[in-house]
Amino acid sequence: MKTLINKFNSDKTFKQNTITYAIVIVAYILCQSLILGGVMSNSMKGLLIQFCYYIIMAVSLNLTVGILGELSLGHAGFMCIGAFTGAILYKTLGEVLTFKPLLLLICIVAGALLAGLFGFLIGIPVLRLKGDYLAIVTLAFGEIIKNVCAAVFLGKDSKGFHISLKDQAALNLEDSGEMIIKGPLGITGLSFTVSFTACVILVLITLIIVLNLVNSRTGRAVMAIRDNRIAAEATGINVTKYKMLAFTISAALAGVAGVLYASSLSTLASSSKNFGYNMSIMILVYVVLGGIGNIRGSVIATVILVLLPEKLRFLSNYRMLIYAVVLIAMMLINWSPSARAKRDVLLSKINIFKKKTDEKEVQ
Amino acid sequence: MKKSLKFASLVLAVSMVAASLSGCGAGASSSDTFKIGGIGPITGGAAIYGQAVMNGAQIAVDEINAAGGINGHKIEFSFEDDEHNPEKSVNAYNTLLDKKMQILVGTVTSAPCIAVVDKANADNVFMLTPSATATEAIAKDNAFRVCFSDPNQGTEAAKYIGAKNLATKVAIIFDNSDPYSSGIKDNFVKESANQNFEVVAQEAYTQDSNTDFSTQLQATVDSGADLLFLPIYYQDASNILSQAAQKEIDIAVFGCDGFDGILGLDGFDTSLAEGVLLLTPFSTSSTDEKTQAFVKAYEAKCNGLTPNQFAADAYDAVYIVKAAIEKANLAPSASNAEICDALKKAMTEISYTGLTGSDITWGADGEPNKAPIVVEIKNGEYVVLD
Repeated sequence: MKTLINKFNSDKTFKQNTITYAIVIVAYILCQSLILGGVMSNSMKGLLIQFCYYIIMAVSLNLTVGILGELSLGHAGFMCIGAFTGAILYKTLGEVLTFKPLLLLICIVAGALLAGLFGFLIGIPVLRLKGDYLAIVTLAFGEIIKNVCAAVFLGKDSKGFHISLKDQAALNLEDSGEMIIKGPLGITGLSFTVSFTACVILVLITLIIVLNLVNSRTGRAVMAIRDNRIAAEATGINVTKYKMLAFTISAALAGVAGVLYASSLSTLASSSKNFGYNMSIMILVYVVLGGIGNIRGSVIATVILVLLPEKLRFLSNYRMLIYAVVLIAMMLINWSPSARAKRDVLLSKINIFKKKTDEKEVQ
Repeated sequence: MKKSLKFASLVLAVSMVAASLSGCGAGASSSDTFKIGGIGPITGGAAIYGQAVMNGAQIAVDEINAAGGINGHKIEFSFEDDEHNPEKSVNAYNTLLDKKMQILVGTVTSAPCIAVVDKANADNVFMLTPSATATEAIAKDNAFRVCFSDPNQGTEAAKYIGAKNLATKVAIIFDNSDPYSSGIKDNFVKESANQNFEVVAQEAYTQDSNTDFSTQLQATVDSGADLLFLPIYYQDASNILSQAAQKEIDIAVFGCDGFDGILGLDGFDTSLAEGVLLLTPFSTSSTDEKTQAFVKAYEAKCNGLTPNQFAADAYDAVYIVKAAIEKANLAPSASNAEICDALKKAMTEISYTGLTGSDITWGADGEPNKAPIVVEIKNGEYVVLD
């Protein structure tokens, strides 16, 4: 214990990471006690799982945008792959495998693997290039995946799987056959739910993966590439390898978020509402507002930005308008240099923080 | 810099906790009113439907309250936005539960409805959707609907075209990315096998490609079709009609209830829609007294906006809920589960005549039994055909 405390005080990254984990765990304990106490509102209960998968999305995108320094505009596409993989597996394996936790684990792992595979495949040609090519390719990829998932018909009968891009009749299913994906209607009748606890564990695993990656030899190599590609190359870092590694992990984590998304609703249909360009940008907004490269910031910004439109419901028609205004205001207050300077002056006037600012001066 | 970041994190964490706490204890109100909730898109691309439902239902609620309420109890109506997004729709549903909603008139659109119906079934909350047409939208036994289902519309349209000998060759342009459109199309094609016409072309488009229809129109012409069936919403339909006019393609057009509202579209030349036939349960030109009163009330409430079918469905939905509550003789003090169980039974026992049909009855599956109305657009107005 003592060594831990010593480490906490001396090792700066260890301290920062511990604080990040602690925030998640404390928030979890708080929420659980509110649920057990029966005082949490229905809308908050419904939002808890949404927080979790959006946090995973934001943290995973932050790995690409903040740590790797590449822009991905199709992150919702990876989420889409994860969601459909998880949902299809759940539908097909559901009858065979009755032990739900194992089934969920398989869905999550499969969703992560497949999304990671697509990330890897995209990375092979694109991450060798310098410039904004990843943004362009992922943008197209996200749209393609969204449209393919909305067009495909998949059914299952005793002869196996049938797939068509035309319509349900083209599948020639037997009478006993079951439709799995019904084109634009997607997958309906999903009955799997992941508990809040499991979601928080997944959030923690995501944080552990990303934070440890960042503080590892690999992570330093990745950040070296971000900061100066030529210098990194000159020191013998295999640029493509490290970029691929980071991007694949990022895609796989987005896949996990996708599986959780699929589990949170009884229906999964791919549309521009959930896996389109706007969603990718939305996640990017979470990352940018939380601070590019700042993992803890992503977590906090995500929770606030998911919560905000729900808490603004009382504004009815003006809700989304005010949401946009609040976004701009938050962005300015948080990140504009002059606003930050004013904020620091303001903070130094408040007594309890005076000590800390003094400390800073001493340092 | 590090310190100020830490402080920011702290502030954000505190505000998060405060926000989550503030969620509790909301919606305390008296127990002598029926609390009816509504969910639909009032922002975003599908807002026109949600707004229509919100206004239509509100008119019905105001009328009922003015006339003394249901069994002497007033109605409290609140409507939440779902942006036509299943995820947001479930959030809206949970918010309404916090407001102590007892009965849900919603949701407006199909995809969100499919997500909400599951939650409502788990909570045992009765729901009556005015306008969600997908079969799955009322797959659970606690859900009923006012409008026709997708299969129903496709089949009825095919039957009507066959019975009236409107065509020998039919071409279809449909929205591949929309369950409503492809649902109707599938059933239209299925029923066409039993009718005296054949489907010669099925041309798809998606919401990402709904501006240029020249390929689909050319395919329609090439197929030699004498009737164009458009199971789509009116924004896209208006594009198709104007592009067909530019290409000087003269073909009869048959639409579904999504077509309703095309005459009210800003900047649309209504002469292009002249002669279009459409299957819809509601027409503002109906001389029926109730319809005229409703149109008048709606126009007064919405600055002269003409009500569409969605508004009429919602208006009917509230009155249907009233009829069912009266049949079941319920009081607002009953729990949600009691109300749901009683209304499920009462719905199959009532017969309702309103704006969108006469003597409508419901089966336990939640589907309404009513006759479809076909209207023709003549001189810029909807005219009911027999």
